[in-house]
Amino acid sequence: MENQPGTKGLVFNEPEIWDKSCNGRCAMSLPKADVKRAQLDKTLVGDAPELPQLSELDVVRHYTRLSQWNFGVDSGMYPLGSCTMKYNPKTNEVQASRKGFASAHPFTENSYSQGSLKLMYDLEQYLKEITGFHAVTLQPAAGAHGELAGMLMIHKYHAKNGRQRSKIIIPDTAHGTNPASASLCGYESVNIKSGKNGILEPEDVKAVMDEDTAGIMVTNPNTLGLFESNIKKIADIVHAKGGLVYGDGANMNAIMGIVKPGEIGIDVLHLNLHKTFSTPHGGGGPGSGPVAVVKKLEPFLPVPRVIKNKDSYEFLTDCPDTIGRLHTFYGHFGVLIKAFSYILSMGAKGLTNASKLAVLNANYIKESLKETLNLPYDLPCMHECVFNDAIQKEHHITTMDMAKRLLDYGFHPPTVYFPLVVEGAFMVEPTETESKEDIDQFIDAVKAIAKEARTDPETLRRAPFLTKVTRLDEVAAARKPCLCG
Amino acid sequence: MRYLPHTREDIESMLKVSGLSSLDDLFNCIPDDLKTKQKMDIPQALSEWELDTHMEELASLNAANKNCKYFIGAGSYDHYIPAIIPYLISRSEFMTAYTPYQPEVSQGTLQGIYEFQTMVTQLLGMDVATASHYDCGTALAEACLIALRKHRTSNKIAVSSLIHPHHRQIMQTYLGPAGYEIVEIPYTDKGVTDIKALEKMDDIAGIAVQSPNFFGNVEDLASFKTVAADKKILFITSFTEALAYGLLKNPGSFGADLVAGEGQSLGIAKSFGGPGLGLLAGSKKQMRNLPGRFVGKTLDSNSDKGYVLTLATREQHIRREKASSNICSNNGLNAMTAAIYLATTGKIGIREIAQQNHDKAFYLKTGLEKAGFKPAFNSPFFNEFVVKVPDSFKAKKESLINDKNIFAGIDLESFYPELKNHYLFCATETISKLDIDQLVKEVQ
Repeated sequence: MENQPGTKGLVFNEPEIWDKSCNGRCAMSLPKADVKRAQLDKTLVGDAPELPQLSELDVVRHYTRLSQWNFGVDSGMYPLGSCTMKYNPKTNEVQASRKGFASAHPFTENSYSQGSLKLMYDLEQYLKEITGFHAVTLQPAAGAHGELAGMLMIHKYHAKNGRQRSKIIIPDTAHGTNPASASLCGYESVNIKSGKNGILEPEDVKAVMDEDTAGIMVTNPNTLGLFESNIKKIADIVHAKGGLVYGDGANMNAIMGIVKPGEIGIDVLHLNLHKTFSTPHGGGGPGSGPVAVVKKLEPFLPVPRVIKNKDSYEFLTDCPDTIGRLHTFYGHFGVLIKAFSYILSMGAKGLTNASKLAVLNANYIKESLKETLNLPYDLPCMHECVFNDAIQKEHHITTMDMAKRLLDYGFHPPTVYFPLVVEGAFMVEPTETESKEDIDQFIDAVKAIAKEARTDPETLRRAPFLTKVTRLDEVAAARKPCLCG
Repeated sequence: MRYLPHTREDIESMLKVSGLSSLDDLFNCIPDDLKTKQKMDIPQALSEWELDTHMEELASLNAANKNCKYFIGAGSYDHYIPAIIPYLISRSEFMTAYTPYQPEVSQGTLQGIYEFQTMVTQLLGMDVATASHYDCGTALAEACLIALRKHRTSNKIAVSSLIHPHHRQIMQTYLGPAGYEIVEIPYTDKGVTDIKALEKMDDIAGIAVQSPNFFGNVEDLASFKTVAADKKILFITSFTEALAYGLLKNPGSFGADLVAGEGQSLGIAKSFGGPGLGLLAGSKKQMRNLPGRFVGKTLDSNSDKGYVLTLATREQHIRREKASSNICSNNGLNAMTAAIYLATTGKIGIREIAQQNHDKAFYLKTGLEKAGFKPAFNSPFFNEFVVKVPDSFKAKKESLINDKNIFAGIDLESFYPELKNHYLFCATETISKLDIDQLVKEVQ
């Protein structure tokens, strides 16, 4: 493990926060009571909630220690496939915390919110330019929420055309949220398999596409990291039967400036600002999932929409065919600011370079590790590549064992056991912000682990060793759920 | 570009490994006719200081750039955010981490969210709380879906007309395509949900009531629970002002089956309405019906305590189309923010802040009445209330923003056409007695 970032440091123990509580402490500077106490009817008043009682330093130390048990992009490489864990620029945080944005109340009238409205309008224009679509909504709060928005628009489109449909085609390489989003619209999923080259074959779509099918959900590049090169033919088949093509844009980071999904037959596409556009994942959100659509779907976009009137901007709610409202206000505005700042910092050239370098990094890893790990689809990849544990199985070592061992070397593991089409999948997405040196270090770590699989499989099966805790009993956690203290 | 580390030498040597000679060759697998011929029309890249200038210009186009006084709420509240909250939440180990799928290196997020779930159950008096949702409106829509899916025959849900109008719109968006119907319960002249009208409703799968309601009034949750129990259907409550439960009896004490709420008040900036924090809690019986993530406590292979994401069979990874919801990313970092806020205020602080919210709102209402505004409803309220204003107020309201940076009240007519000249006012702990006295003097 020489020259690898993983090492043992001093890790503090820290109890659950209520175990530090001491009656009488309060970490909040309470405002002076300058008006008379107003007593609510006693029957309405409850006991004060049993929250922990701490000093300010107690709180600071608790959360500082907790944070030190976490791995983040700022700590090390996070090659998590399909998640695009690129660097989160710090200037974006500065921009989002500007008082004029952070203090803005959502119910201040349009004329007092021109800064927010202009930012949203301009961001919509940039996303249209990047994706090649006709219109964009920024309202969905996350990728899955964007998917739901897209499916609701497809649903509304068919309703408007006078005949609702009952099914939707979903390939086996789809993200797990795709079928769940479709079923919220009452669509039954029709699963199809990708062809032997890991991409969809037009004949397979043709075989199931009929006039009772609302459309198809395609991720392009797909979750094997391969470009769906038959997409245009597939779209033609679906369109010929009156269906629509939904594009999952989670993997947009591979093709900015190269392919505009709006030009290749896709009708509606969601983006993940917390992937492609560098906003932080925050340990599971808040994200943002804008949706871009072709012209014929524009009337169905959620309300309110942002429009420009000469030199001013306003919200438009009067859209008779809209799917309705998806978020209490206008979506995750604070996240939009960060993505907007990123796009302005990169420019068109920078975004294109980002995609090129993301694909370069992935292909470099694929070529460098394909003798070490089994590569089920040995084809040029896009921004990610998918290996598996077929070689290591001989020593009874699984993808999970290797993933856990990577933690000791100081790397976050890749996405494991996804996509489902590859047994024991080990899915690596380095992103463009990792340097060659860091990637070489990762490659060396994987090679060292593969060697351990041959020489010391027993040790590997017990990894990790340097983390705060070792492998956790997830079965017991689910069997006897303990969800609060 | 400072985010892109590759030197020309790096690129050349990396291409060589793939047997390619240019970056464009990486895209040979994409048919030419699918590649775009159109450039992206985006402004040239800005330097960091150019970006600062541009963004400050935009921010200054918002009235919020000045020191404003907010006498408005309606789902987004101006509360004091202690310095330690943005400081701690900015730690990159929290901010730049992914969803904690690898628990060995995510114990910080996991213990933090476990503590969040616990503090939410304390605040609401419920048995379990999820790891968060997008906002109250989406959480409430999901809660209604639970009630509807569980009911064998009815496809209708009774929803108070005093639930936030935007939340009702979201419910319509979520419920409509699945063939479910929303029946609105009217409100009384006391500004509360009309329980008599509800009693007469048959064939409903659940009841949803917001308290404090959109008018700020406290609802009689006990009576609604009785009706729900009689009808053997689920009782769902919601709220937009989480701090109310620092003072009021919590929904759990009234037997709520599901509670959806907005947690923005718990240390999260207004930020033009998002990201906020969706809270979703339930009774023990509802645990496996709740959508979204849970963190649970368990042991590691050394029998040391640790935390993991759990009950994942409800989610879309495993049963895919049978998942209870499609939610994947939630608002995790804002849940952590709320947890830090609740730990900071603690039992003593939350009660005092909640009481002060009520005190200020009561003082404001009294002052506005003295200035000639008429109280619209005579019901107990927390920190928001409705008054009827004279016709001249509309113009005054504009000048208060333009000249004094005061946002005074929200016009309710667009939400409730029958309530002409009715405004929803709010006062929180950030409003001083002087601020209130000034406003009252201005509107006299």
